[in-house]
Amino acid sequence: MFGLNKKDSILMIAVAALALLAPFILNIFPNDSALAFFNAGYPDLMQRFVIFGIFAIGFNLLFGLTGYLSFGHAAFLGVGSYAAVWMFKLLNYNVVPAIVLSIVVAAAFSLVIGYISLRRSGIYFSILTLAFAQMMFVTAYSDLLGRWLGITLTNGETGLQVYNDDPQILLGNGPNVPHLFGLEMRAKEVWDIGPWEFTLPVGYYLCAVLMLASFYLAIRIFRSPFGLMLRAIKSNQTRLNYTGLNSKPYTLAVFVISGMYAGLAGGLLACMDPLAGAERMQWTASGEVVIMTILGGAGTLIGPILGSGAIKYLENVFSKLNEGLLHDWFGFMPDGLEGALVWVVSKFTGEGWHLTLGGLFMLVIIFLPGGLVEGGNKIRSWIQNRTGRGSPPADTASTPAE
Amino acid sequence: MDAIILQLLNGLDKGSAYALIALGLTLIFGTLGVVNFAHGALFMIGAFCAVTLQRILSFSYVVEDPTQKDFLGRPLKVQTPYIESWFGPDFGSAIIDWSVPLAILFSIPIMIAIGFIMERGLIKHFYKRPHADQILVTFGLAIVLQEIVRTYYGANPIQTPAPQAFVGSFDFGSLLGFDPNVVIYPYWRMVYFGFSALIIGAVFAFLRFTTFGMVVRAGMADRETVGLLGLNIDKRFTLMFGLAAAVAGLAGVMYAPINAPNYHMGMDFLVLSFVVVVVGGMGSLPGAVLAGFMLGILESFASMNEVKDYFDGIDQIIIYLVAIVVLLTRPRGLMGRKGVMED
Repeated sequence: MFGLNKKDSILMIAVAALALLAPFILNIFPNDSALAFFNAGYPDLMQRFVIFGIFAIGFNLLFGLTGYLSFGHAAFLGVGSYAAVWMFKLLNYNVVPAIVLSIVVAAAFSLVIGYISLRRSGIYFSILTLAFAQMMFVTAYSDLLGRWLGITLTNGETGLQVYNDDPQILLGNGPNVPHLFGLEMRAKEVWDIGPWEFTLPVGYYLCAVLMLASFYLAIRIFRSPFGLMLRAIKSNQTRLNYTGLNSKPYTLAVFVISGMYAGLAGGLLACMDPLAGAERMQWTASGEVVIMTILGGAGTLIGPILGSGAIKYLENVFSKLNEGLLHDWFGFMPDGLEGALVWVVSKFTGEGWHLTLGGLFMLVIIFLPGGLVEGGNKIRSWIQNRTGRGSPPADTASTPAE
Repeated sequence: MDAIILQLLNGLDKGSAYALIALGLTLIFGTLGVVNFAHGALFMIGAFCAVTLQRILSFSYVVEDPTQKDFLGRPLKVQTPYIESWFGPDFGSAIIDWSVPLAILFSIPIMIAIGFIMERGLIKHFYKRPHADQILVTFGLAIVLQEIVRTYYGANPIQTPAPQAFVGSFDFGSLLGFDPNVVIYPYWRMVYFGFSALIIGAVFAFLRFTTFGMVVRAGMADRETVGLLGLNIDKRFTLMFGLAAAVAGLAGVMYAPINAPNYHMGMDFLVLSFVVVVVGGMGSLPGAVLAGFMLGILESFASMNEVKDYFDGIDQIIIYLVAIVVLLTRPRGLMGRKGVMED
């Protein structure tokens, strides 16, 4: 189907089904039940799932296939956001030019940065991308470029947003919120079915469709001769050079592609909420996409989507937890034990979410370098061994790139 | 002229901090081949050693002073640190006043222990793993350390004053014949510069003039051969990791009065220190020190008003720009050797 083999088609269909039915799957617990706390079917959260999914898929193309660890990918996301908001300011609130420009601008930036950074590999490359991203963060945060040009380019720490006196030359009578040819991103359909309440937001479906398109493209890149070349770079670049192949154009191409993915994610973030701030470019944000990719499984197709979903979901749940709620949950225990337990757990929840994130990340790197996908494979082969079917683990789309 | 000297002096203390952190990074990198993303966190922990010692020394109990009355006429409750009651009020308050320099002694064993635990407990298992894994696990560790500090000390910067004797500034300009109060330099920053020069000198002397240092240098050049000669190079490298952690920690302790410690100060310094290491040349100790001072001074020159008139805010990105230019013209950095970290 569409040039995919059978296994990839199944994977693609599964991801599509999950993405399109997410508003139902994520709100699986009835609204009035105690477990409703674990629901995640809110427009804002679901949009973040898929947007960061796009970001991680793009990052995985670079890191998973070639092994080049970029520590400055959030810079392209931030640039994409700024580009999209500028389109809103100059033209109108239609998301199509915004998304197109955000991809183009991110591609231009990643071309320049990639050209310089890819002169070195390994640790040098990581540090160079980190330095570039930090430079762009500082430039955006203090709006240095705008100050030299004498205009407001990123609007500094306030963040870029659309004001009433902006030109918006194509606005006319169009809506005053981001829209797709009149279909407002904020619009949503709410279905009440018994105790359940399902929200179907327009913005989410736009993001989901774009995510599926980028996922399809990623599968095609994984399976193409170009993708094979990238894997060759990862396994032994020196040898590749000795066979007379110049690896630079390949790495640069995939760097730009993955920068465009980041730009698309940034543009979508701005389309869902039309403002852009410099904090999206900070290097902790770059670290976050690395964490997502690794947690899911670098070099696998499904890994980045799993990873970004898991991180964003856990972030939501852990940040929502507060001491009062914990006291409710552990209320059945003896008082002293309850107090101690709540005290310990509260250090990891709410404000302490980053502590959990860092710890989780270390555990994954130490014990499960292949991420959730490797964990799943291990469990599956363990079950197969137990049930006596000695067949080797099936080689599905989740094969690591190496 | 006076402005130039002033900026030169201002650049020295920041340059010292960069040089010390970059020195530790290079030591770890040259010996163990690991890029330690948690090095900034070690710097931050050093600064919080100073905070902790200050708090420990100021532990107090409440006594009622019958000679003073509060506004309701009751005896005034006075907080008295235990130290003052043990050693007498004068000597006790002097100890509290000097808590930052005392924290040097307090921090060295702590930092060496942390370095040991980090290397033996975690990084040891990552020598055979890809570079990316090493970067990622130390990055995760940096987040964890930073968040633990935030949990216990809060998110706000904690003022940690220098001893009273070092408050105020030295009128440097009057020595050179300028008008008084034009070129002034805070005493504590002078101390910081002298202290870091001392540490850098000590590290170099240790590597150059002791047998231990000789073995370590040989191990940096060719680890395998040194191992074949029957020397336990791993043990020595572990010790070097502890030493590098102590250097970062000391840089942090002494920096606490200059910049009130907060939990993310390590991350802020880390990125710049990486740039310093790259500019100096990966694996080159003199390069790291040279580049640290150079970039620190350059940064403070870029913040002069004369420069700012042309390029507003250039001081914030000058270091990155220099790094890019250096890397384009000299890909190995200023003093990088051939064959070190070429892959």
